[in-house]
Amino acid sequence: MSFGIRFFPQEASSIAGSVDALFYTLLAFAVALGLFLTVLVVGYAVKYRIGSAADRTGARARSLPLEMAWTIASLVMAFIFFGWGAVLFVRRDRPPPDAVEIAGLGKQWMWEFRHPGGQREINELHVPVGKAVVVSLASQDVIHSFYVPAFRVKQDAVPGRTANVWFIATQPGRYHLFCAEYCGTQHSEMGGWVTVLAPEQYASWLGSQGEGESLATSGGKLFRALGCSGCHGNFSKVRAPGLDGVFGQPVALANRQTVIADERYLRDSILVPNKEIAAGYQPVMPSFDGLVDEAELQMLMAYLKSLSLQSPSFPAAKNEAPQ
Amino acid sequence: MKSPTTSIAFDRPARETAADSFAMWVLIGSEVMLFGAILLVFMFARLSYGDAFAGAAKHLSLPLGTANTVVLITSSFAMALAHMYTAARRWRAAGWALAATALLGVVFLAIKATEYAREFSEGLAPVLGAPFIYKGPDPVHAEFFFGLYFAMTSLHALHLICGVIVIGGILALWPRTIEASRFRRVQAIGLYWHFVDIVWVFLFPVLYLINR
Amino acid sequence: MSSDLASASYLAEGAGPRSWLLTTDHKRVAWLYFVSLTAFFFLGGTFAVLMRIELATPAGDLVSDDVYNRLFSLHGIIMVWFFLVPSIPATLGNFLLPLMIGARDLAFPRLNLASWYVFMFGSLFALASVVLGGVDTGWTFYTPLSTLYANGFVSTAAFGVFIVGFSTIMTGINFIVTVHTLRAPGLTWFRLPIFVWTLYATSLVMVLATPVLAASLILIVLERVFGIGIFNPDLGGDPLLFQHLFWFYSHPAVYIMILPGMGVVSEVLPCFSRRPLFGYKAVALASMAIAVFGFLVWGHHMFVSGQSAYAGVVFSFLSFCVAIPSAIKVFNWSLTLRKGEISFETPMLYALFFLALFTFGGLAGLFLAALAIDVHVHDTYFVVAHFHYIMVGGMVTAYMAGLHFWWPKLTGRMYSEVWGRIAAAVTFIGFNLTFFPQYVLGFLGMPRRYHTYPPEFAFWHILSSAGAVVLAIGYLMPLLYLAWSLFRGAQAPANPWRATGLEWQTSSPPPAHNFDRMPTVTRPAYDYPMKGLTEKRSDPVEDLV
Repeated sequence: MSFGIRFFPQEASSIAGSVDALFYTLLAFAVALGLFLTVLVVGYAVKYRIGSAADRTGARARSLPLEMAWTIASLVMAFIFFGWGAVLFVRRDRPPPDAVEIAGLGKQWMWEFRHPGGQREINELHVPVGKAVVVSLASQDVIHSFYVPAFRVKQDAVPGRTANVWFIATQPGRYHLFCAEYCGTQHSEMGGWVTVLAPEQYASWLGSQGEGESLATSGGKLFRALGCSGCHGNFSKVRAPGLDGVFGQPVALANRQTVIADERYLRDSILVPNKEIAAGYQPVMPSFDGLVDEAELQMLMAYLKSLSLQSPSFPAAKNEAPQ
Repeated sequence: MKSPTTSIAFDRPARETAADSFAMWVLIGSEVMLFGAILLVFMFARLSYGDAFAGAAKHLSLPLGTANTVVLITSSFAMALAHMYTAARRWRAAGWALAATALLGVVFLAIKATEYAREFSEGLAPVLGAPFIYKGPDPVHAEFFFGLYFAMTSLHALHLICGVIVIGGILALWPRTIEASRFRRVQAIGLYWHFVDIVWVFLFPVLYLINR
Repeated sequence: MSSDLASASYLAEGAGPRSWLLTTDHKRVAWLYFVSLTAFFFLGGTFAVLMRIELATPAGDLVSDDVYNRLFSLHGIIMVWFFLVPSIPATLGNFLLPLMIGARDLAFPRLNLASWYVFMFGSLFALASVVLGGVDTGWTFYTPLSTLYANGFVSTAAFGVFIVGFSTIMTGINFIVTVHTLRAPGLTWFRLPIFVWTLYATSLVMVLATPVLAASLILIVLERVFGIGIFNPDLGGDPLLFQHLFWFYSHPAVYIMILPGMGVVSEVLPCFSRRPLFGYKAVALASMAIAVFGFLVWGHHMFVSGQSAYAGVVFSFLSFCVAIPSAIKVFNWSLTLRKGEISFETPMLYALFFLALFTFGGLAGLFLAALAIDVHVHDTYFVVAHFHYIMVGGMVTAYMAGLHFWWPKLTGRMYSEVWGRIAAAVTFIGFNLTFFPQYVLGFLGMPRRYHTYPPEFAFWHILSSAGAVVLAIGYLMPLLYLAWSLFRGAQAPANPWRATGLEWQTSSPPPAHNFDRMPTVTRPAYDYPMKGLTEKRSDPVEDLV
């Protein structure tokens, strides 16, 4: 039919359709305006070519009403497309609450993914159809970018910070996964496939990957091995903030500010503990910068998050300022 | 016969003088963007690591920094005198005032060099592969502070060195320069010198004084 | 000054190397720049052709991945800093600015020559990095790739770019002061040709944005050589900070590149339509608006970088705003043709092609400014196509228009009109064949800077590679027939196009001191006699009061 030539990308996620709706509307507008200008310019060029008999009376060198009209029309069109694009965009920040969280780590030159159950894969990502998936991205070295064209999602993985990208795959199949941010010699080989499976196939795929321990369990082991539990444990002698249920809760700081204990806060608290000190505690924690790598940080993060899921009724009371 | 203007584009010295001053203002606008960008980086880092920066700033020498501020402001005063004498056509006095300005600039650079030498010997200079030895808390970000400190002050010192060289050049050519050009040059270098002085007036409190 | 022989050409003032290398005549300095920039254009173009040949097949068969990465990095670095940024200002601008405002020279002739030497000094470093083995960071030098992981001669190339920045600032200051202080009597701001307006706007951006690039390059070299960790996350730095600083320069830099092109087209279209530019004042003010807004949109390069969603929304809004003045200009140019008497000499063909390609590139910009679409097409061939439509389709086409328009003034010779029209048409076809498929590739999801690619993208890549060959021929042809015209071309009259503008009132080529009698201006710009003009031709000077 199309001789193997592709004109349109596949649509395989919940947002692909709405992004494409904007794209095609904008395309129609651009084509219409482009055609109009082409007809106008070519028409003038032919009609008013030198020596033609066209009527040239009434020529003008300016026209305020006309100039105002096209300025305002341009503004209106610009604002419409701006608003449309922005409304679709801000959804990126609001993943559905019941999403499966997969840790994604970029390094020169591969993607490594770890599922909540501990299953690990390289340059392959298996996800269930119809279920929200959050990929929590980090980078070991340079900036990479997680890009699945069929899902219309892209997010840079910047070293030193975590970024989330979410999607709901709608069509089972295999889709390209690319690194979109130039990352060095083998940039073009850094990628692979996202495989979208029906729920039952996904479950059997997970099962076939062997019974690894879950990410949170690995994180818990690491938490004890690094000695974190010595101070942050429930029965420790050193006075350090307890961490049960801390994730997602507000934390009062010594400088009288309050922050939400999100991924950035937890990450900084491990790597740069003196930056934001919980009120009522001494800045005695050593930095773990250089002692844990990005993959281990992701395990610790999964463990800390799991503490919140286990005890939702246990608020971060211990963490708050005495008064 | 010597033309009264340096550039053939101008017919009268007065227009050329105005153009020179204007050009210097445009250059200063450009320089503001340069120092502004680096100050912005510093501000960003200070907001993130305030305590580490405050701790590190205490290792700078306040007496030397203060002395340098005094020296530089005095040099600007000498430059203002040079400008005043030129306007009054007192060429000999103007020449001496320019020389004093350049000399004070050299004194500033000498004090700065002493300060750098001290920081190198104490292991506070994380540049050129020198070891960074720091006993206070959070040495990683203290090192960041010293990196920025060296970047900012050496950039400022470089501007001062350029200023001293240009003043040296003006003085070397002084006897052979026609009066209109003398006035033009003093006007232009004066603007530049005051600007470099003002940059230091920003750097000094930002680096030495905050969180003392 | 021997007044009888005053109209001897500036080219007759000497022919030895000294007369060129030590000249302070803005017209000769323009030639120094012209020769150097042409060399860089074809060097950068060669890298591009090699890349396109490599991409004709999905596998990496012509060059290795490392070589490919160096090719696109050097292509970008050379084309942006050693051709596009200086191109029109340093050649046509340098030659024409004093002529167009009725001055003997730029305000600072020696600074002008110095700027060329600084440019050459900087380009030595860039060439050194090419000869030594290249750079593989991309022209954007993103950290921490450039500071910690890149092999190649990053510091050498970055230092070269840093040095060239000084030359840019020198030119900018010189132009600003010249426009302010050396306009001929009667030449008020709103009588200035649009080309002068755009050179002025460009110079403002040069002077205010280049130092920020300098600051970020200094910090990169400090980080690479001295180990200061400003962008290194392990030392508490932030890689995104570099992107903010880099784009704070590099976004305004695209306006440095395109604004003078807009100026050239605003000269050519009225001349070959034999009528005034439509909406002169709106075009002049839109140029300034672009220069100012250009400083506020850098964050639109970072929508998926991890900057906050709110920042993304604000930058998207401002990016749509910066599209308005460009749209206004396109409408004004189109209306300039209305009721004119249009002829289609080579400069006019290039100007019309500019209009088409700039519009297509600009409309693609709307897609990129729309946040949700940008998430999909960011860092894909869509972006590559967009900026090549603006930079090559827009800027280089305008440069060719200007070169052909003022070639008789520059050299005193006429080129072959037939070859000129053929070359313009070949360029237009080759350009669209090269870059239009890249829009489709980008929409399909083909990431940029890829040495190999999945086979389903091959069809569009083959079209693009074929187009690149046609485009290369289109650019080689002027090199030949323009060089030919230098020796064999017919003598050019003072004003072959019957154009208005002070530069046409002196001989072709002009005398060393530009005008035998310094001109006085009493008329508005583009004062072409219009047959059917019914309204009173307004003199904007009166409007202002």
